[in-house]
Amino acid sequence: MRTILYLIRKEFIQIFRSKFLSKAVFGVPIVQMVILVPAFTLEIKNIEVCVVDRDMSAESRQLISKLQGSDFFILKHTTFSDNEADAMLHNNQCDLVLHIPENFGRKIIKEGGEKVMVLANAINASSAQLAWNYMRGVIQDYNSDLLIENLQYKPPSRFLIINTSSRFWYNPTLNYKYYMLPGILVILVTAIGLLLAGLNVVREKETGTLEQLNVTPIKKHQFIIAKLVPFLLIGLVDLAFGLVLGKILFNIPFNGSLALLFLFSSFYLIAVLGLALFLSTMSSTQPQYLFLVFFVVMIFVMMSGIFTPTESMPRWAQQFNTINPAAYFMRVIRMIMLKGSGLNDVLPDIKGIILIGIGTISLAIWRYRKTV
Amino acid sequence: MTDEKVIEVKDLVKKFGSFIANDHLSFNVHRGEIFGFLGANGAGKTTAIRILSGLSKPSSGEVKVAGYDIYRHAEQVKRHIGYMCQKFSLYEDLTVAENIMLYGGIYGMPGKEIKNKTGTLLESLDFTGYRKRIIGDLPLGIRQKLAFAVAIFHKPDIVFLDEPTGGVDPITRRQFWEMIYKAADDGITIFVTTHYMDEAEYCDRVSIMSEGKIIDIDSPAQLKKKYGSPSIQDVFVKIARPANNK
Repeated sequence: MRTILYLIRKEFIQIFRSKFLSKAVFGVPIVQMVILVPAFTLEIKNIEVCVVDRDMSAESRQLISKLQGSDFFILKHTTFSDNEADAMLHNNQCDLVLHIPENFGRKIIKEGGEKVMVLANAINASSAQLAWNYMRGVIQDYNSDLLIENLQYKPPSRFLIINTSSRFWYNPTLNYKYYMLPGILVILVTAIGLLLAGLNVVREKETGTLEQLNVTPIKKHQFIIAKLVPFLLIGLVDLAFGLVLGKILFNIPFNGSLALLFLFSSFYLIAVLGLALFLSTMSSTQPQYLFLVFFVVMIFVMMSGIFTPTESMPRWAQQFNTINPAAYFMRVIRMIMLKGSGLNDVLPDIKGIILIGIGTISLAIWRYRKTV
Repeated sequence: MTDEKVIEVKDLVKKFGSFIANDHLSFNVHRGEIFGFLGANGAGKTTAIRILSGLSKPSSGEVKVAGYDIYRHAEQVKRHIGYMCQKFSLYEDLTVAENIMLYGGIYGMPGKEIKNKTGTLLESLDFTGYRKRIIGDLPLGIRQKLAFAVAIFHKPDIVFLDEPTGGVDPITRRQFWEMIYKAADDGITIFVTTHYMDEAEYCDRVSIMSEGKIIDIDSPAQLKKKYGSPSIQDVFVKIARPANNK
């Protein structure tokens, strides 16, 4: 036990003495938060619309004013010419074109219905989808207004309308930052764990101090624990720092238990650090290790569901995620922060991450040799 | 020096694939002895020293160090030895005192003892002023002396020195050997490899290796007499060279 304390003390002296590391530990979270959180967004505001209004009736104007009343749309241009509208779409001057045909108003009243056409720029499929959905919402809204107006002339009992009213739970304003910030924290903690600990071991290999340690009676588990504890603490401190920044910069909600999040994060970091120590036994130079970790982090984070829900990934990918520690953390941190999930909700994930941790630590102990 | 054997090696063989690095080495080293392990580059010295210090497993043969079998009790062996290799091995970003504290702690020395001994050690080396200096900022000669001092800080039975004076100036080398003598006087067995033949003359006994085999073992005086040479350098050239040119 005393040996471990001496080793841990040494690690901390080295970390805080390193001008680069001691700054990077706090610099990296700031940069990640400030740049990545606001940048990653699927939220669409200011959708620019060009309207071709061939009708110029009270009804068409009503529809257009509905559009203007929405937060999502900006009426960029109104024209009578199809060609002009198409050109605008083509030149990226607008995102959507709404065609209102001639006699739109009359047909609605006399014939009970008419069609409008919406053209969307779908270079970015997901934003086009969203813009189209918002537009449909506006049109439906207008539609039900019409319905209500017309109902006045008919006995209401004959018409049954199902009204859907929707509320978005856990993130009512669909603030994308609330969704991304936990994800960025996952990247942060993963990178700290994998990079710092692994590079530290490989550096000892390069300088020859690892060989010196190997001729001492130090035990394998002492070595592993001494490498684990400092970076576990740094990871947790960085997580706390990231949460504070999130609160200050983006007023991120935190609905669950901080203690639970830190408990889970500790298990997660142990799993990741075990992996780092395992990978470090496979590389003899720091560039080799960086190369290895680059791919590991990329695969883990991309597969973890940071941008896209893991449930919509192919089956094999979902199976892969059962051994991807980042997938567990990504799910749990969002559950705790946004949904306020408690211990019982995340218990299966805690069990999973502990199993992964046992796996990676065992691999590290197995691969770390005191002999050459 | 006593008759007690602290290193017993019998028919030690180490193979890397088809290459035989150590070919049936047999020798004993006595307590308090300064044992020189000579040989040209690639003769197999470092391989042997790594086996003796438990860093590497032999392919076959019997090896006992400090009374422990190297196969079964490698970790016990490590408790009783010190080691200083060619590659510099103190932490460059720690201070002198922090390095001593770390290694003392690893060998289970009580904190108080470490502090007291650090003081006396630095005084005896005249290094008191370096206590709080970062190792990386110190000249090589001072670092080598400190590395040796750290290697014997926990009072090991044996200390293995693998080319400890490489790249060091002659004055520092002389001082380094004074430290070695003092350690030997204190009862520490010294097992040292070197390329400097004048250093070989300082040893109680030397073994000369070539191509994985030990060609001869004896005191420098006996070897010189046996081969009719004025110096160990001459002996070395006579017996180690033919094998190299085979």
